[in-house]
Amino acid sequence: MSAGSPTLGQVRWVGFKTILLREYGRIIRIWGQTIVPSAVTSTLYFVIFGALIGKRIGPMGGVDYMQFIAPGLIMMGVITNSYSNVVSSFFGAKFSKHVEEMLVAPLPAWVIVLGYVGGGVIRGLLVGGAVTIISLLFAEIVIHHALIIIAAVVLTAVVFSLGGFLNAMYAKNFEQVNWIPSFVLTPLTYFGGVFFSISLLPAWAQALSHANPVLYMVNAFRYGFLGTSDVDVVLAFALMIGFAAAMFVIAIVLMNRGTGMRE
Amino acid sequence: MYALSARGLVKTYDNGVQALKGVDLEVEQGDFFALLGPNGAGKTTLIGIATSLVNKTGGTLEVFGHDVDRELDAAKACIGVVPQEVNFNMWETPLEIVVNQAGFYGIDRKLARQRAEFYLGKLSLWDRRKTVSRALSGGMKRRLMIARALMHEPRLLILDEPTAGVDIEIRRSMWDFLREINAQGTTIILTTHYLEEAETLCRNIAIINGGQIVERDRMASLLRRLKSEVFVLSLRDPLAAVPRIDDYLVTRIDDNTIEVEVSDEQSLNEIFARLSGQGIVVQSMRSKVNRLEEIFMRLVDGRGAKR
Repeated sequence: MSAGSPTLGQVRWVGFKTILLREYGRIIRIWGQTIVPSAVTSTLYFVIFGALIGKRIGPMGGVDYMQFIAPGLIMMGVITNSYSNVVSSFFGAKFSKHVEEMLVAPLPAWVIVLGYVGGGVIRGLLVGGAVTIISLLFAEIVIHHALIIIAAVVLTAVVFSLGGFLNAMYAKNFEQVNWIPSFVLTPLTYFGGVFFSISLLPAWAQALSHANPVLYMVNAFRYGFLGTSDVDVVLAFALMIGFAAAMFVIAIVLMNRGTGMRE
Repeated sequence: MYALSARGLVKTYDNGVQALKGVDLEVEQGDFFALLGPNGAGKTTLIGIATSLVNKTGGTLEVFGHDVDRELDAAKACIGVVPQEVNFNMWETPLEIVVNQAGFYGIDRKLARQRAEFYLGKLSLWDRRKTVSRALSGGMKRRLMIARALMHEPRLLILDEPTAGVDIEIRRSMWDFLREINAQGTTIILTTHYLEEAETLCRNIAIINGGQIVERDRMASLLRRLKSEVFVLSLRDPLAAVPRIDDYLVTRIDDNTIEVEVSDEQSLNEIFARLSGQGIVVQSMRSKVNRLEEIFMRLVDGRGAKR
């Protein structure tokens, strides 16, 4: 049964693929919890805010309201699902102690972080894809810059997956897992330009909105579809890359310290 | 080069509890080694440091010459660990659990599936490979953790109370399997509360108490230190009075049972001869207390083993 010992590179690559496959398997195994709820919620948003109320609102940002909110609702699904996938999966691994399977193995911290982030990105994109398909029933989707759309959605999923990972590292119970999504993520998303252009807001609120990172992500994504944005798209990408890099480094440092996992 | 070498290992937890107080310990390659100690003695902390689940406060630890401070990944690659508590994903199947574990050590899925069939088969779990693991019995979960620890074919297997809660039949089949992999060259470190298990399986032993190694010896040498042993004899016919055997302490337990204390200078042959001379037939005999248990209790009680 013996075979040559795997090289360092093999350990890292196969280890990364293993975490990714395990996360993908989990997403698919519990698809009723991971994919369906966001699809149902976004359908309700399209029906209520788009089809019913939206007709009375009229154009927003120079386009039909349904076209305006479609990118926002897709991005909202990506944000909440990439975050919640990693926070629930990694905290679950800590809670039931099967995180130790990875901690005792010769996997560097960055491989574990990348594996979980990859899982979060996969779920974010699956939900984003499902919401996009639903949006086609309600709005005419035009694509202005496909690459910008892809880059914005992937970077956003990476940032929020990392956020979920950091939340899971510090969380000591399930209440702390739900706290940030409920009291931080949801308000930031709702005020992040998903349903309205910040040009509708008073000057002070517009200034305040610029401190909201979700605003940049939603607008960069919307720019890919509509070619219009409330923020500088270059700045938006710089912020996303900066957030992703900073959070990745913090996650690795905390992993190496064993924060929340090692005694 | 030792399979495991600890020098001045210290661990102080955040709450101030000093779990290890300068532990020095060497385990030779190919050994079947018992690490015994009462609850809270520091066994699991020592294992936790070796497997990087616990950060040490001081000292050094090497696994097959790989210092855990400088070559942690190389040290980890040498170790397979079976923890005290179940720590796999209860929603995954045994097959998924062991194949994933192999993946964490860089073993591709094709080879991992071959090994899964081998080790799950060896531990009588292959038929349950697609059962959600939370539905497995306690014994099956223990065996699954052994199979999982072997998937990367480690040079050092650390088992932290692997047979706790396992029935005697399965325990003995696990012993056979552990002897087999030890015979193939895998070094095994075993902690257990079943001292019979340690006495049966292990060649060398360390006893840890209060965060310090209080004894380190060959199992046979340690057992020889016991100066006397009490045997329980079951007699064929009821006794009216305690039989008298000069120089031996004999106690009547009930009509058909007596206890005899035998020192290492005396012999069982002499007892049997004298009982036969009195027409007393002994049907069976057992040691009142496991020998290792007796020594263990003396060491951890602070009485010290008699030399």
